[in-house]
Amino acid sequence: MDILDILLEPLSYDFMVRAILTTALAAIVCAVLSCWLVLIGWSLMGDAVSHAVLPGVVLAYIVGAPFALGALVFALIAVTLIGVVRNTSRVKEDAAIGIVFTSLFALGLVLISVTPSQTDLNHIIFGNLLGVSIPDLIQVLVLGVVAFAILILKRRDLTLYAFDPTHAHAIGLSPKRLGALLLGLLALTSVVALQTVGVVLVVAMLIIPGATAYLLTDRFSRMLVIAPTISAVCSIAGIYFSYYLDTASGAMVVLTQGAVFAVVYLFSPRQGLIGTRLAKARRRKAAALAV
Amino acid sequence: MSNPAILVDNVTVHYGEVLALDAASLSLDHARICGLIGMNGSGKSTLFKAIMGMIKPDGGRVLINGEPPSKARKEGGIGYVPQSEDVDWQFPLSVRDVVMMGRYGHQGFTRRPSKADRIAVHDALERVELADFAGRQIGQLSGGQKKRAFVARGIAQGATMMLLDEPFAGVDKRSEATITRLLRELAADGCTILISTHDLHALPHLCDEAVLLMRKVLMHGPPELVLQPENLAMAFGLDVLNRDLPVQEPGGRDADRDIPMVDADLSNQQGRS
Repeated sequence: MDILDILLEPLSYDFMVRAILTTALAAIVCAVLSCWLVLIGWSLMGDAVSHAVLPGVVLAYIVGAPFALGALVFALIAVTLIGVVRNTSRVKEDAAIGIVFTSLFALGLVLISVTPSQTDLNHIIFGNLLGVSIPDLIQVLVLGVVAFAILILKRRDLTLYAFDPTHAHAIGLSPKRLGALLLGLLALTSVVALQTVGVVLVVAMLIIPGATAYLLTDRFSRMLVIAPTISAVCSIAGIYFSYYLDTASGAMVVLTQGAVFAVVYLFSPRQGLIGTRLAKARRRKAAALAV
Repeated sequence: MSNPAILVDNVTVHYGEVLALDAASLSLDHARICGLIGMNGSGKSTLFKAIMGMIKPDGGRVLINGEPPSKARKEGGIGYVPQSEDVDWQFPLSVRDVVMMGRYGHQGFTRRPSKADRIAVHDALERVELADFAGRQIGQLSGGQKKRAFVARGIAQGATMMLLDEPFAGVDKRSEATITRLLRELAADGCTILISTHDLHALPHLCDEAVLLMRKVLMHGPPELVLQPENLAMAFGLDVLNRDLPVQEPGGRDADRDIPMVDADLSNQQGRS
């Protein structure tokens, strides 16, 4: 009964229930998206977009518009600026990304500092998991479900885009449009995760689950199951840790995900000591059968 | 059928200041296999991209079966076998997954495979003799098998035209023979095939015709003629490089690397004949 008590006690508080629901949802959507980001090599892009949406969110707050709208606009601005700097100067892409997203992020911080009612906005930076209100939850739910549905329905096209954009073009699809779709979903997902872990740590949710799943399987379709499962479990575990250890909840969620990645990195069946031995035995068996 | 399968008409392409294709013209008939020969930087990849409509030429036009490339793309007519370096072989997809991507143009919004799609993929894998490897992650194939997997994707797609970028790079002799046989079968079925290659001694067995490319089409004719030493020298710049081009030409370093290979291939050929 001890363990059950440990698990149930936090659930007697409404704010904990809301926190767990929001986190699990954000974790699942981010994890699904992360599968493509890590394979395309867009981790830095995820970092950039998730930071660059800050001024958009702040402006949306000031004028009373939906956060997602402001975020989408600034994600678009960020991606455009990165492209312009990269293509029209000798500056390389990683530098262009670094320049654009830090500048936009700083703009967001400045906007926060001149906006009354700072407490609310500061939560965007570090997340405010335990202060999730009902409207927040509904917003995360709607945006999360929309992003999740599009990702899953268009998963085959997105995978084709990640793997072989030239073939996508050759069969009459538009790689440009698929790339734009993925970036749009990245912006949307960033907003979903802001609430949970804050702007600074969103990128962890957008990279770690996909990278962890990638170490565990050779099939993309399985990555799409493994990543969100691990991510959801880690996130909920992180919240429990933060509850009992009295630590920052968003940071605890990310820390748990990082710890699980470390374990997988060391002991994954494809790379770990046991895994390679098993594979060798299997190969020997197959060879014996072939004879 | 009066229209050529591929018509490249005076196509000029610049990348910034660099001239990649200079009024290149090429006409290729149906069911022919054509080898595209040229050193690195001669515009082979650019020509492929222009044919697929991935880049808009600064001048000239490309027609596939007398229509703009966009129509051929929509109809799934263009199959593409990428260069090995352009593929992420660690990507978590099975051989079957990759071949299934050839069917996407035939499928609905979510690309959910139908029974017909599965059969098409299976048949394509049988055809390239990879049915037993369908479940393997693509990186776990040999060099030649990897190429065949992508050819199978074009077959499953129902492509009437296939573009292969360096299909013999990193492929052993036996696989090379298998691929050659496969491509000849496809051509016999009516598929038009354009191959960019460094592998000159495979050309006479494989190709009906050959093209020498050096930013423009220098020569287009039967492989035996195009492979004459003096003609090759023209494309690989033994003469041209010294006379016309500045020393800092981007392809210059690669040309140095290619020239010994050309020599070796020529001596082989003479030995054989």
